[in-house]
Amino acid sequence: MRTARLIVTTCVLGMVIACSGSSVNGELLVSAAASLTDAFGEVESAFEEENRDVDVVLNLGSSTALREQILEGAPADVFASANTSNMDQVVEAGEAAGEPEIFVTNRLQIAVPAGNPGGVSGLEDFAREELLIGLCGENVPCGDFGRQALENAGVTPSLDTNEPDVRALLTKIENDELDAGIVYVTDVLSSPPGEVEGIDIPTEVNVVAEYPIAVLASAPNPDAAAAWIEFVLSEGGQAILTSYGFTSP
Amino acid sequence: MESALGRGLEAGFGLRRGDSFRIDLRLSIPAGTTVALLGPNGAGKSTAVSAIAGLLPIDSGSISLAGITLDEPAAGVLVPPEARRIGVVFQDFLLFPHMTVIDNVAFGLRSRGVSRAEAMDRARAWLERLDLTGFERRKPPQLSGGQAQRVALARALVIDPDLLLLDEPLAALDVTTRVGLRRALARHLDDFPGPRLVITHDPTEAFLLADEVHIVEDGAVTQSGSPDEIRLRPRTAYAADLAGSNLLFGEATRGQVVVGSHLIHLAERDVDGEVLLTIRPSAISVHRIEPEGSQRNTWQTSIAVMERLGERTRIGTGAPLPLTVELTSEATNDLDLEVGKTVWLAIKATEIGVEAGSVETRSE
Amino acid sequence: MSRRTLRPPPLMVFLGSIGLAIFVVPFAGLLARVPWSDLLTLLADDFVTDALRLSLVTSLAATLIAVIVGIPLAWIMARLEFPGRSLVRGLVTLPLVLPPVVGGAALLFALGRRGLVGEPLNQATGLLLPFSTWGVVVANTFVAMPFLVITVEGALRNLDQRFEGAAASLGAGRWTVLRRVTLPMIGPSLVAGLVLTWARAFGEFGATITFAGNLQGRTQTMPLAVFVALESDRDTAVALSLVMVIVSLAVLVGLRERWWKAL
Repeated sequence: MRTARLIVTTCVLGMVIACSGSSVNGELLVSAAASLTDAFGEVESAFEEENRDVDVVLNLGSSTALREQILEGAPADVFASANTSNMDQVVEAGEAAGEPEIFVTNRLQIAVPAGNPGGVSGLEDFAREELLIGLCGENVPCGDFGRQALENAGVTPSLDTNEPDVRALLTKIENDELDAGIVYVTDVLSSPPGEVEGIDIPTEVNVVAEYPIAVLASAPNPDAAAAWIEFVLSEGGQAILTSYGFTSP
Repeated sequence: MESALGRGLEAGFGLRRGDSFRIDLRLSIPAGTTVALLGPNGAGKSTAVSAIAGLLPIDSGSISLAGITLDEPAAGVLVPPEARRIGVVFQDFLLFPHMTVIDNVAFGLRSRGVSRAEAMDRARAWLERLDLTGFERRKPPQLSGGQAQRVALARALVIDPDLLLLDEPLAALDVTTRVGLRRALARHLDDFPGPRLVITHDPTEAFLLADEVHIVEDGAVTQSGSPDEIRLRPRTAYAADLAGSNLLFGEATRGQVVVGSHLIHLAERDVDGEVLLTIRPSAISVHRIEPEGSQRNTWQTSIAVMERLGERTRIGTGAPLPLTVELTSEATNDLDLEVGKTVWLAIKATEIGVEAGSVETRSE
Repeated sequence: MSRRTLRPPPLMVFLGSIGLAIFVVPFAGLLARVPWSDLLTLLADDFVTDALRLSLVTSLAATLIAVIVGIPLAWIMARLEFPGRSLVRGLVTLPLVLPPVVGGAALLFALGRRGLVGEPLNQATGLLLPFSTWGVVVANTFVAMPFLVITVEGALRNLDQRFEGAAASLGAGRWTVLRRVTLPMIGPSLVAGLVLTWARAFGEFGATITFAGNLQGRTQTMPLAVFVALESDRDTAVALSLVMVIVSLAVLVGLRERWWKAL
């Protein structure tokens, strides 16, 4: 008799804890595009402040690589992609729980090493053979968009490398291994001061990248996942994101 | 017109290895003579071989061959091994295992720029001379010990060297093969016109192959001379014990050996054919009158030579069988021995060492 | 003889089978994904042929460089006494232990545009290794050459040097001794070392993508192509992987028993 009462009490208590909104707990695995590295890093700190029992783990990489992981069944709670096409594929495969929402937009910018050794002034310079030009691979969002922008501008680039994600490309530019590349505005801002210079791309040829976010269907911790997205979309979350150069949708 | 001496080996050198080991040697080998360096293992013989072959530089002195200085530190002369015209037969033969017999033999010629065709011809000729026709395409692992030794010999001789250097040439062979090949080796050595140096730890080998023997102990020569001289006047215990044996060739029939005009009885009845008998000088007893007893090997002879060496005396006897006998000097005095006196010798059959000295076999 | 002595111990067989499964199962997984009907079309694509050509050219070039400078290095390490020999041996072995990406980063710091050697070299001659096919060769050589050096050094140490003395006594100069005696006698080890070196160069990824970059036809070797294709075109990735497995397997199986012993 006493044992039964103990079990019931524990169950009720457990249910109360589980149902109470802001006290989510456990591990939260967020797969996010590489361009969100720094912004989501701060969001993580803020979120964990508010939700002491949650341990957020950020899994960063190119949206394409992350999409592959999800389709192969890698465990994750949230997917934040740098373009809609990768998210669409996840939705089509039935891996998304509910409708994805656009939480930020981003724009492209030319990045050059500090001092602009190649003397780059615009997208036209990407056709110069003597320069070392890098883009992201065409199958990752930043590479796809970059190529679109160049096409919009009518420039055929003299390409020297396709980097696997935007962070890898940025690192090469920071180290003066490349003369120029196309990254996101947020990447130039997040780079350590004095390492990289940004050159604007005219609005008419630039591409706006929409970043969708969604809870995944097989999320181990759907409650925490929902809380995360709520936070990202909230005023607090958006303030953090815009401070890194993103734009609210 | 060169003297025979001018075409030989002249060496007088010192070499230090490591902290403690040092050798000092003096050798003079005229063309057409065989010198043996005889000594126990560790005496420095292999070091001497390496120095002469050019694999080790000497520290002092000089080595010259056929009138050309090969190594002289004081004058700053050091000829590398590949430029010395020395044919070396190594202890383990060191035939190149990945090459055929004929390629091994031709190696020295090819390395010196001789055309392939000519090298092969000359190699083939030497293989024939050493009874190895048909073995050209074999590989060293497929050869017997005796065959390998002959290939090594051919390989050294084909380059027409100024000096033939043999490092323990028979040591790697089993006893039977060794005895069988010793005669053949003696013949090949005699056929070689230049100077020949044989390194060995086997006294019988040294005494049979060499005209002159240098005994090496602890890095220095303790005695040099012809085999007979050493046998008669051994200067050290090693020389006396190991190098001083009498060596007799004879024909045996059912345990009885004819040596010259004399008959020797062996302990074994079951011995036939050509034999080599070894008798230690101290195993022969000397008597003034015919000894009594069951010993069958007794005969009367006279004292031809007598050498007093401190507490020991060595006697050389005359007909019918010249032997070297060793007595204590005390016994010599007691028996009142003098050159020219008649004495009786007795040898126990069991003290006679027997080696089946087979006729060199043509095929193995 | 009782049958008991002939039967292998069950525990050995059991554990050994698990060990074998670790090797077999991934390849079985790969084979199961191969789009057999489209295979030939996929393999005929530029993307694949460019990658295959680059992989073969750069891996063979790296192996050749390893032979030209690696054998002399191995000879020095095996035969000469000099201070700091163990340090040298440690350095040579380092690429075997380091993650390839670290190797690539190191190469960048040394030979990149702002590199220790790369910067003066670039300013003097205009030569730049990153983002070029020669950069791939350098990356491959860096990670693969240790195999050859270590194998050859070991073989030279175990070689009875008296054979070289015998050759010299017969009149062979140092070069002839090396060519006709030393190298043939370490033959099996040399071959095994060469094959390992080539195989390692063929499969190199981390150092290549970090140092040489990734561009089809210029630096995108097969491993890089597989990496890229995995995200965009799964079928092509599988086809490429299959080619790599077959080529590597053919070489390793072709390396006959007697050379395996030298490894």
